[in-house]
Amino acid sequence: MKIGVALRSAIEALISNPLRSFLTMLGIMIGVASVMAMMAISEGAAKQVDEQIANLGASNLTIYPGASRRGPRSGGASSDQPFTDADVDLIRQEPFVTAVAARNSGSVTVISGQDNWSTNLYGTNTDYFITQSLNVSEGRFFDEREVNAGAAVAIIGKTVADSLFEGTNPVGQTIRANNVPLEIIGVLESRGASAGPGGDRDDVIIVPINTARNRITGGNPTVAKYVTGMEVGIAAGYDMTRAQEQLEDRLREIRRIQPGDTDDFRVFNIADFIRARSSTQATFGVLLAFTAAVSLIVGGVGVMNIMLVSVTERTREIGLRMAVGARGIDILGQFLAEALALCLLGGVIGSALGVGAANLAARLGEFPVEISPRIAIIAIGASAVIGLFFGFFPARQAARLNPIEALRHE
Amino acid sequence: MPAAAAPIITCRDLTKVYRMGTQDVFALRGVDLDFIEGEMTAIMGPSGSGKSTLMNLIGALDVPTSGELTIRGRPLSKLTRDELADLRNETIGFVFQQFNLLHRASALTNVKLPLLYSRKPIADATARARECLEMVGLGDRMDHRPMQLSGGQQQRVAIARALAGRPSILLADEPTGALDTKTSEEIMDLLTGLSSEGITVILVTHEPEVAAYATRQIHFRDGQVERDERRST
Repeated sequence: MKIGVALRSAIEALISNPLRSFLTMLGIMIGVASVMAMMAISEGAAKQVDEQIANLGASNLTIYPGASRRGPRSGGASSDQPFTDADVDLIRQEPFVTAVAARNSGSVTVISGQDNWSTNLYGTNTDYFITQSLNVSEGRFFDEREVNAGAAVAIIGKTVADSLFEGTNPVGQTIRANNVPLEIIGVLESRGASAGPGGDRDDVIIVPINTARNRITGGNPTVAKYVTGMEVGIAAGYDMTRAQEQLEDRLREIRRIQPGDTDDFRVFNIADFIRARSSTQATFGVLLAFTAAVSLIVGGVGVMNIMLVSVTERTREIGLRMAVGARGIDILGQFLAEALALCLLGGVIGSALGVGAANLAARLGEFPVEISPRIAIIAIGASAVIGLFFGFFPARQAARLNPIEALRHE
Repeated sequence: MPAAAAPIITCRDLTKVYRMGTQDVFALRGVDLDFIEGEMTAIMGPSGSGKSTLMNLIGALDVPTSGELTIRGRPLSKLTRDELADLRNETIGFVFQQFNLLHRASALTNVKLPLLYSRKPIADATARARECLEMVGLGDRMDHRPMQLSGGQQQRVAIARALAGRPSILLADEPTGALDTKTSEEIMDLLTGLSSEGITVILVTHEPEVAAYATRQIHFRDGQVERDERRST
């Protein structure tokens, strides 16, 4: 018998007993819906991590002074030998390094007319625009001459622009950061709010590093040209681990650290750090999806149960079909098609419910969900496999019936 | 009778034993019978005489305990389950006392059922099913479900179904058992007509009026042939 014919007759059989078919499907529906929702949440978390890494610059390494400790250190004064502009220039000479952004950051209060706003101030050089892949929506970046001269210019993020200059163009206006007047020369393109480190990535003001350390944040009283930390852009395609090792070797050379001595600096890959933190989250999500998969199997057992009942009820029909020439495989196909149709339909409805549940969770729980068609295909495919697996035993039982005994069945 | 007419069905020492608890019950005790192509035979006898058992064996629905049955020279004991299914599909048509129609399906779909399982390509199964329903006089009831038809009409649907695969043997087990006298006559006229078209018709009945339509009457008792009579035509 042709597959299309078998499926059509299967659907007719299911429609003839709608309540039973629905209740049987329910197990599969709930199973698929749970798998879908769990996977959507898990993938959503994974995608968020990827976005965070992309935002921070996937090919950047960060250098801070201080002995190796767990996690990234916040900027600020350290008792260890600090970095200076000289170190920045030396690192920039490495062949695999595309940019070195020096940093000297702090919190400032910015005043414009009657309005004031507390924000993060980054003193940096022009390489920062490269390592962070920044763009301006208005105005321009500052240039190297302005960095060296410590020009009183600033580029502000969208949040700052909105807070201080609602509706008007900030470029050309003057603000005061910790009482230092700065001319706004550019507004950054919005990078969006991020749940990751740094929070609102548009809540920022960027000034030349000399301006920051000489006039606003105050440098380091003991060192000239003080740099809190460095962000090093690595050439595309260059192995990050190798780059990290080479930077460490170079820094040991620059800082004259003897073999065996502890490094007084740290080079790390922020992407690695975020990945490590998120892996726990991902494991948890996968675990939940597995739990949901168990309910899918329970649903399959329900399908098998009903198929066994159906085979018993329709023994006479099976006998008749055999009497008019159905082979065992035809009967097997018929009941397999019914189990398959039940589970496929359950899978499709379950997927729709799962998408709904994931969206609801996203709205209520405010965490990201990622609904990929791949998961839907896997979930529906899994329910089809379950239909074939759990439908096989009852179908084989039907196929093995003796025609005359089946015909005489009451 | 022309000498060339080899029997379409032969039974040799056909024995069927059922096990009932610890006791063996002999349904057939060494039956030897030949059936000639195109002949209409009535098998008669009291309940438990083995007539239905013989029908089930000839119809390849059941296998004998011992003895051999051949259809068109093919010994059934040598055939696999699938080959037996194909034989039922291509060579044999069944008509049951209880009609055995699919309740959910229309008359047309019921008649199409054997064609669904055919291994031979069928150009237009629906056209063939229509043709068969017209043959039994139900051309205007094709889309009716069994519940919407009278007993006689249901049995005619069943006959149309049995004819759909163009069988050479038509087996009818008490075809009029559930019908009134007038309807029974209609059904028997139909079967007689099929016989005259060359189909070998074998029917089981305990009603002498029904058996009278047949040219040959075989009486069974205790699993053996008691009498085998041919009526001259």
